[in-house]
Amino acid sequence: MTPILTGRDLHKNFGVTPALRGASLTVGEGEIVAVMGPSGSGKSTLLHCLAGILTPDFGEVHFAGRRIDDRPDRERVQLRRTAFGFVFQFGQLVPELPALENVALPLLLAGWRRKAALANAAGWLPRLGLDGVGTRLPGELSGGEGQRVALARALISRPKIVFADEPTGSLDSAAADQVMELLVDAAREQGSSVLMVTHEARVAAYADRTVFVRDGVDAVSVGAP
Amino acid sequence: MTVSYALLGLLEESARHGYDLKLSYDRRFGAAKPIRFGQVYRTLAQLEREGRVEVAGVEAGAGPDRKRYSITPEGVTDLETWLAEAEEPQPQLQTILFTKVVLALLSGRPADQFLDRQRLKHLGAMQALTVARRNATTTHDSLLIDFQLFHIEADLRWIDHAVSRLAMLAEEVRDDSDPDRP
Repeated sequence: MTPILTGRDLHKNFGVTPALRGASLTVGEGEIVAVMGPSGSGKSTLLHCLAGILTPDFGEVHFAGRRIDDRPDRERVQLRRTAFGFVFQFGQLVPELPALENVALPLLLAGWRRKAALANAAGWLPRLGLDGVGTRLPGELSGGEGQRVALARALISRPKIVFADEPTGSLDSAAADQVMELLVDAAREQGSSVLMVTHEARVAAYADRTVFVRDGVDAVSVGAP
Repeated sequence: MTVSYALLGLLEESARHGYDLKLSYDRRFGAAKPIRFGQVYRTLAQLEREGRVEVAGVEAGAGPDRKRYSITPEGVTDLETWLAEAEEPQPQLQTILFTKVVLALLSGRPADQFLDRQRLKHLGAMQALTVARRNATTTHDSLLIDFQLFHIEADLRWIDHAVSRLAMLAEEVRDDSDPDRP
């Protein structure tokens, strides 16, 4: 499998506290990888370093064959807008914007015309079981609906990779299953890779491969390499 | 099956009489269900026939002669193999997993590596079941698979919890070692 994202020997300290101590991880093109580990093991820090949100103190991150951790912020922001998608535990939708505009946001930021962006976003709502919720504000959505809107927003720009940090952390098991099924199906359909951090084995079981992080170092992995 | 390996593990720690074995077993593993003397002697006889333990000496006493058993090299190999193997996820697995963790700590083997292997086995089973559930054609089938998934997940949560408590358990196992241990 051709690697799309690679982190090598990543170290990251917060003050005197080490969060990563030599973690390495590769995600293949179209591969779905889960990262598990106890609280404080560094799994979210690993995701943030690989996504270019944090800069590692040591080690390298390569995306699509190019080193990205040493690039200026401006370039990394651009990369996050065009090639990466993000889903977080609580959706982090813009509360003042209706669901449809939240979904269209990455396209609007990428310079699409408003009408075209909204039309594209409208195509995503039925795919994620969100018919009829386009005009509702995030505060009027259920937890599962909000997470599915966040999913549509992460996928709309057809990213090469989706980073998901506890994407089902705030949901009950039935809503979590629905979100995971939609994420996996949509990612496979458009060939996006997924790197997700989760503490739930039930969620990790949707991945092709699971990596365990302990004390800031990746320990063992299960699934096809 | 688990009892045989528990006795082998205790004998690896030191040679013992059947009576001492029963006391050691109950202290370490028998909180909920103490082992009966009859079962200890039957298991020892079986292990002896299989060449996994041998009589290291016989002491005459006031009552019947007391045999002192020790583990053979075949017994150590057998125990080693059992401890290294991850178990198939199944109901009632807690006793086996717990026994393996305590025996590994007792003998200075890496209990965390065993738990890591077991975690992989469980997660692999969950991946397969998740695929099966997604292919299930009825809610009935899908809920039956969910039942298995939730049980395996409970085991996994125990495994994670046990890993975080290994150092404390190791200390207790050491402190609780037999006073007559050579």
